[in-house]
Amino acid sequence: MDSHTLAAQTGEIGHVEHEHPSFLRHHFENLAQQREAATFGMWLFLLTEIMFFGGLFCAYLIFRNWYYPAFVAGSHSLHIWAGTLNTTLLIISSFTMAMAVHAAEVRHRKPLLAWMIATIILGCGFLCVKGYEWHDEWVEHHVPGLNFNPANLEHGTKAYPDDKLAPDMAQKTNLYFSLYFAMTGMHALHMIIGVSLLTFLLIRAWGGAYTNGHIAPVENFGLYWHFVDIVWIFLFPLLYLISRHQ
Amino acid sequence: MEEQHEHHHHLHVPHPDMGPSEPTHTEFHIVSPMTYLIIGGCLLVLTASTTAISYVDLGEFNAVVALAIACMKATLVVLFFMHVKYSSKLTKLTVACGFFTFLVLITMTMTDYISRAWGRW
Repeated sequence: MDSHTLAAQTGEIGHVEHEHPSFLRHHFENLAQQREAATFGMWLFLLTEIMFFGGLFCAYLIFRNWYYPAFVAGSHSLHIWAGTLNTTLLIISSFTMAMAVHAAEVRHRKPLLAWMIATIILGCGFLCVKGYEWHDEWVEHHVPGLNFNPANLEHGTKAYPDDKLAPDMAQKTNLYFSLYFAMTGMHALHMIIGVSLLTFLLIRAWGGAYTNGHIAPVENFGLYWHFVDIVWIFLFPLLYLISRHQ
Repeated sequence: MEEQHEHHHHLHVPHPDMGPSEPTHTEFHIVSPMTYLIIGGCLLVLTASTTAISYVDLGEFNAVVALAIACMKATLVVLFFMHVKYSSKLTKLTVACGFFTFLVLITMTMTDYISRAWGRW
């Protein structure tokens, strides 16, 4: 319900005499302040997300230092092409999301819809590759708590024949894989939430909701999407690129 | 003290507290698609280089270089895709506070572990 309808219902005197966009709420002085407040709020939320993922990164830092050979072997079992592809998909999706924000800012509805759809498709592509990788880890018995068996890490692999681990160090790879599934799992959950929200925004944008000057929802969703991209930008080298030169 | 009825004409009068120099205000700046394209291109180049460099033996510096490249990418995303370069001082301060708190999380946790004689370090 916009402020004009609300005011008409409550019979506020003099309200219909002043002009302001319907999406400007009355507790804000003007549109610029409303946008600033919304952006500030979104950044505060992103700060809590930094701390949330930060805890997982801290755990990773400590265990990688303590059990480095196990982390090397664990990292080698991931597909580097999948990680690089996923990073590429997310970076392109950040570009398409930035273009969607731009389309909203210049009030072009059809480009806005196109860029949003492109972002959704790229996000789903990322999730498909991630699903394939997770299935692969399941098949190789690398899922802690479900079917974890590090026997194949004690003998080395075709690509990395020197990855022979002593049995106790091989057992420590469960720490690497626990962190792998926790971090990529939480990241994937954020991606799923993002794609769902973006679909909702797409439906509203179809009706013209964000090409009339009310760009804050698209802008602030863009902040969320870029943040999820940044988390992956750090996850990729830490999980996939440990000592590939060996 | 402004009278009530004057509030409705507020938007037509330049308000002395809402100029661009205020910490919570910034000029509405639309970043051009060409900027986005260039930054996106830089990000893809950095991605390719971080993957390629991981195959070169730099000893301890593999991790340093990988993290340095990741920080560069994150900085580009924050400044340009997230518009922080064109944002108000309030937004910039908020982002800086986020990084600072994250650094506190990492360093203070690490000082705890490193200072205890558990034989790991």
